[in-house]
Amino acid sequence: MRNMGRLTPWLYLAAPLGLLVIFTYVPVVSMFSYSLTNWDGVSYDSEFVGIDNYVQLFTRPELFQVFFVSLYYLAASLFQIVVALYFAVVLSFKTRFRNFFKGILFFPYLINGVAVGFVFLYFFKQGGTLDSFLGLLGVQSRQFWLGDPDLVNVSLSSVSVWRFLGLNFVLFLGAISAIPSELYEAAEIDGANRWQIFRSIIAPGIKPILGLVTILSISGSLSVFEIPYIMTGGANGSTTFVIQTVKQAFQFDKTGLASAAAVVLLALILLITWIQRKIVPDERNELA
Amino acid sequence: MTRILAATGKYASLVVACVVMLLPLVTIFATSLKTSQEMATGETLALPRNWFNFDNYVTAFAKGDMLVAFANTAFILLFSITGTVLIGSMAAYAIDRFAFRLKRVVLGLFLVAALVPGVTTQVATFQVIDGFGLFDTRWAPILLYLGTDIVAIYIFLQFIRSIPVSLDEAARVDGASSFKIYRSVIFPLLKPAIATVVIIKGITVYNDFYIPFLYMPSEELGVISTSLFRFKGPFGAHWETLSAGAVLVILPTLIVFLLLQRFIYNGFTSGATK
Repeated sequence: MRNMGRLTPWLYLAAPLGLLVIFTYVPVVSMFSYSLTNWDGVSYDSEFVGIDNYVQLFTRPELFQVFFVSLYYLAASLFQIVVALYFAVVLSFKTRFRNFFKGILFFPYLINGVAVGFVFLYFFKQGGTLDSFLGLLGVQSRQFWLGDPDLVNVSLSSVSVWRFLGLNFVLFLGAISAIPSELYEAAEIDGANRWQIFRSIIAPGIKPILGLVTILSISGSLSVFEIPYIMTGGANGSTTFVIQTVKQAFQFDKTGLASAAAVVLLALILLITWIQRKIVPDERNELA
Repeated sequence: MTRILAATGKYASLVVACVVMLLPLVTIFATSLKTSQEMATGETLALPRNWFNFDNYVTAFAKGDMLVAFANTAFILLFSITGTVLIGSMAAYAIDRFAFRLKRVVLGLFLVAALVPGVTTQVATFQVIDGFGLFDTRWAPILLYLGTDIVAIYIFLQFIRSIPVSLDEAARVDGASSFKIYRSVIFPLLKPAIATVVIIKGITVYNDFYIPFLYMPSEELGVISTSLFRFKGPFGAHWETLSAGAVLVILPTLIVFLLLQRFIYNGFTSGATK
């Protein structure tokens, strides 16, 4: 009976732990070991090549340049945070049609990525929605929004602003509404203006969420895949880190090199998360 | 005066935001109702002449295999949602209600795994799935959705803490086994958490492209994302059909959103802040 009692929790944990080990920990460990070989993903044998794959990643400019593409998405997500914060503040004060505006800002976040890709392929195509709309405003535009290597990443990262703005906005809105309303009332009695209310009440209240959103933005910018893959397939200089890794692994059969790339990405994301935890201590970490 | 100016600025910015958010979607919807003759005029922003022209939807459904796609998506949704709810609630029950050795290690394993982004490990996960012989089957995405859902465990864990332990004890005094307590005391009380998990998981699975794209290349195993993606080939120049396909995929999401707005906002807030 005593023994049964000790076993009980493990019976409940068997399935989740099993899946966790098989689909998270085994891949992480094997990915690391592949990254030290020149395996092609299918053959029975492969050679140990040491850190050669890593050296290639950081020395071949065509492999390295994907990091510059991330910078576009990083800049876009900073812009997105500012805009999301603006609308969250605006809509946390009394506003007509508040729920309507909230719904419209949030809904794009729920849309299927392939559908978003199609919507914006039509938006950016020659004589598409954007060109026609600019025409209405009297601007004659015949830009190659997705064909021009100087423009393509700006166009694609603005799609990701359109898509993810809503999530950031709702997170900020939630954090602002959690601030006790007496604080605002007291501030208004003291004659504080909106800017003062923002600086001394709202800003401190949303600090933890701001930290979270920043970290999501940085790791998100590093792991962009769907939108550029669906829209351009990585053409015209829009290849991101993940597109390149997927192509190396599944088109060019360079499992070793792709694994090294994935290890680098994983390490970067873990590092960023660790730094963020150091800067903003998480009081709500209830698991530990 | 400044008050009026501020209010004008506020509403003006909101209207601009609505135009930016809606214009791309409204154009796609209008395009999906146009005939190929109307498309040939090149007037992108013109409204469709007949608002009840559903021909493009018929084409998208019939030639685009959308029916199969919806069926495959429904199959995967059913198994991955049910599995996530059962596995997540059981894990949370074990972690919160039992004292056992290695509890901290188990917690640590879940915590660290939450930080590992799925996109990075696919190179190696692919070999695991292939090794089980599950490549190009519907079980590949189902298992991956089940195996990587740490957020669900967090949501259940937070909720289970708010259920008083005295309820368990009362049931135990009545001679209930630990599984009976889970099934008839804890599980029914988890309803709000289950709703949250079902919504988040449902939308994530419905929208996922990466995993079905990598693991189910067969056309007959297309889910809505991958089937819609395949429109690009045969219908590449037919924007009226591509648009109809996109609207078909967006419509269920819109309906669910309009019906369950409140739950969706709460769900995604608690899902992201875990």
